[in-house]
Amino acid sequence: MSIRIPPVAARGLALGLPALPTVLAVATTVVLFSVFLWAREIPVLEAGALIYQGAFGSTFSWENTLLRAAPLMLTALCVALPARAGLIIIGGEGALVLGGLAAAVTPLWLPALPASLMWVAMAAAAMAVGGFWIGLSGWMRQRRGVNETIGSLLLSYIALAVFRHLVEGPLRDPASLNKPSTAPLPDAYSVGVISDTFYVHWGLVAGVVVCLLAHVLVRHSVSGFAFSIVGGNVRAARMLGLPVNRLVLVTCALGGAAAGLAGMFEVAAVQGSANAALIAGYGTSGILVAFAARHNPLAIIVCAILLGGVEASGSLLQRRLGLPDATTLILEGVLFVNLLAWEALNGRVLHWRIHWRERGRAPAEGVVQHG
Amino acid sequence: MAEIDYSVLLLALLAGAIRVGTPFLFVSLGECLTEKGGRINLGLEGILVVGAMSGYAVAYLTDSAWLGVLAAGCAGCALGAFHGVICSLPRVNDIAFGIALILLGTGLAFFFGKAFIQPQAPSLPSIELGAWSDDARVRSALSVNVLFFIGVALTLLMHWGLRATRWGLVLRLVGDHAQSARALGYRPALVRTLATASGGFLAGVGGAYLSLYYPGSWNEGLSSGQGLMAVALVIFARWQPLNCLWAALLFGASGAVGPALQAVGISSGYYLFAAMPYALTLLVMYLSCRPNQTLSGAPGELSLNR
Repeated sequence: MSIRIPPVAARGLALGLPALPTVLAVATTVVLFSVFLWAREIPVLEAGALIYQGAFGSTFSWENTLLRAAPLMLTALCVALPARAGLIIIGGEGALVLGGLAAAVTPLWLPALPASLMWVAMAAAAMAVGGFWIGLSGWMRQRRGVNETIGSLLLSYIALAVFRHLVEGPLRDPASLNKPSTAPLPDAYSVGVISDTFYVHWGLVAGVVVCLLAHVLVRHSVSGFAFSIVGGNVRAARMLGLPVNRLVLVTCALGGAAAGLAGMFEVAAVQGSANAALIAGYGTSGILVAFAARHNPLAIIVCAILLGGVEASGSLLQRRLGLPDATTLILEGVLFVNLLAWEALNGRVLHWRIHWRERGRAPAEGVVQHG
Repeated sequence: MAEIDYSVLLLALLAGAIRVGTPFLFVSLGECLTEKGGRINLGLEGILVVGAMSGYAVAYLTDSAWLGVLAAGCAGCALGAFHGVICSLPRVNDIAFGIALILLGTGLAFFFGKAFIQPQAPSLPSIELGAWSDDARVRSALSVNVLFFIGVALTLLMHWGLRATRWGLVLRLVGDHAQSARALGYRPALVRTLATASGGFLAGVGGAYLSLYYPGSWNEGLSSGQGLMAVALVIFARWQPLNCLWAALLFGASGAVGPALQAVGISSGYYLFAAMPYALTLLVMYLSCRPNQTLSGAPGELSLNR
């Protein structure tokens, strides 16, 4: 059987092919999740409609979605930036909570300042602490060869323990009775919403801007190119005389700083103080966002909004269909598994891409033999 | 503050080492088996949670703790096989897939486990080694769960099996040099999948220990990184089952420091003591790893030593 394919279409196919594994992964996820719901005798279409409604169906759900997307963008960068240099860092949660804690205590320890200066100081403190924490994983890997995936997760557990100890102990505000917290942030220093009709705080803007900056860094700067050489082939990087250790440390510190900044906005715009509510799993979901976006900062913006939407719809599923809140966790798990499994197709995709690109170049031979 | 009773503290630590260390032992034996074949399964953390949930659920429904342990092992085996099969596909990163499995396993366990948070399932029997003593503290400290002895037996079995049986040699060959194994007519992907599935079985049993003996009930905060620490523990143990036993006891003791101090009346810094095992793991990894050089005893095909 032979199919006639015009060169333009062949070129288009070659361009669109890299998205194929992701598209297939999402499609498989939808099918598997529907089968799962169907097997539990849950109305599949209604659940789907509810997920859409809870995520993007109204202004309120958009606000809810974007409120979750803002920290996800930043914690995803905590995975994606080190990934450029070939590291799999999964300890973003720890950097987020410690960053949030640092931001919460900054106004207590500094004299009164204009709000804008105080925000800069809080963000700087949060980013420094977050950057240090993730940088530690990178340092241990470069210095002693400690696997960074395990190392960063262990550091994250330690960070959560330190956070709980400080918030319930030395840094606890005596007035916080039922919910141990640090002293509340003065109203003057809390970060407000973007507009009175749209209740989403400025952290969203910060998330988008930081993702754009990260895009410029990894795609259009010399350092970004150096990161990918280190990630692609360490030996080649060393032969080029690149400072491999320093580059790895920089990607880790930048990633950690992003996660720390997420913690600062959670404290300054949502919680009003550092407390256990900061441990909301944004670090874990950020890993999924980064992998879904294939560590591409621009794609992270989109993926964070989509995943924020899925998580925002959880409470609606719980209320309307009586589904446990772990339902969205299963959806995320199935998606993650599929994204990685379809990665197996990538070798083929490269092959097909070259094939179609050549078809696009040779206008006379638009005939492909299939068999 | 009253003077600390050191004998009580020591006894609590010893008892804790066995009590807290048993799940570490099972998970690390499972991970050891998986890594001997040349793959890493970080998903054992998720498998542990699924094992804890399914073990508790089946024990409650059938009123038999041992059926629960079997069910937990089978659930772990299925998830391990899943990891093994998918990672046999080209270009699938075993570490990243392990992270995905943690997420999926936790989701499944929390979803199906909602119904089992309240009811009380039968718990696993233990052997009273302290019957000779009149002191109730000694008796409770020396009441050791049967699974611990099974774990010790398994350790010895694996120690012998990896050295002296054909299966053990094939597994080690696949893990050290897949090409030679292929040349001899073995299929590395199949061997690794089987090793990961068996490793999953052991991790599932470790999970059942958590929910059926100590702490002894199913809830969503049951596991906090034991599965991951086991991966680090295997590195520390240099991929030797016997060393896994000692390492598991050491980690168990570090996890028991907080409760042991509470037993003698020191309760400040609870969270920091609870984080002891993580800090110990990090320290041990920092001391036992070397840059730019493969560790002695490390399977050659392991992606851990890139």
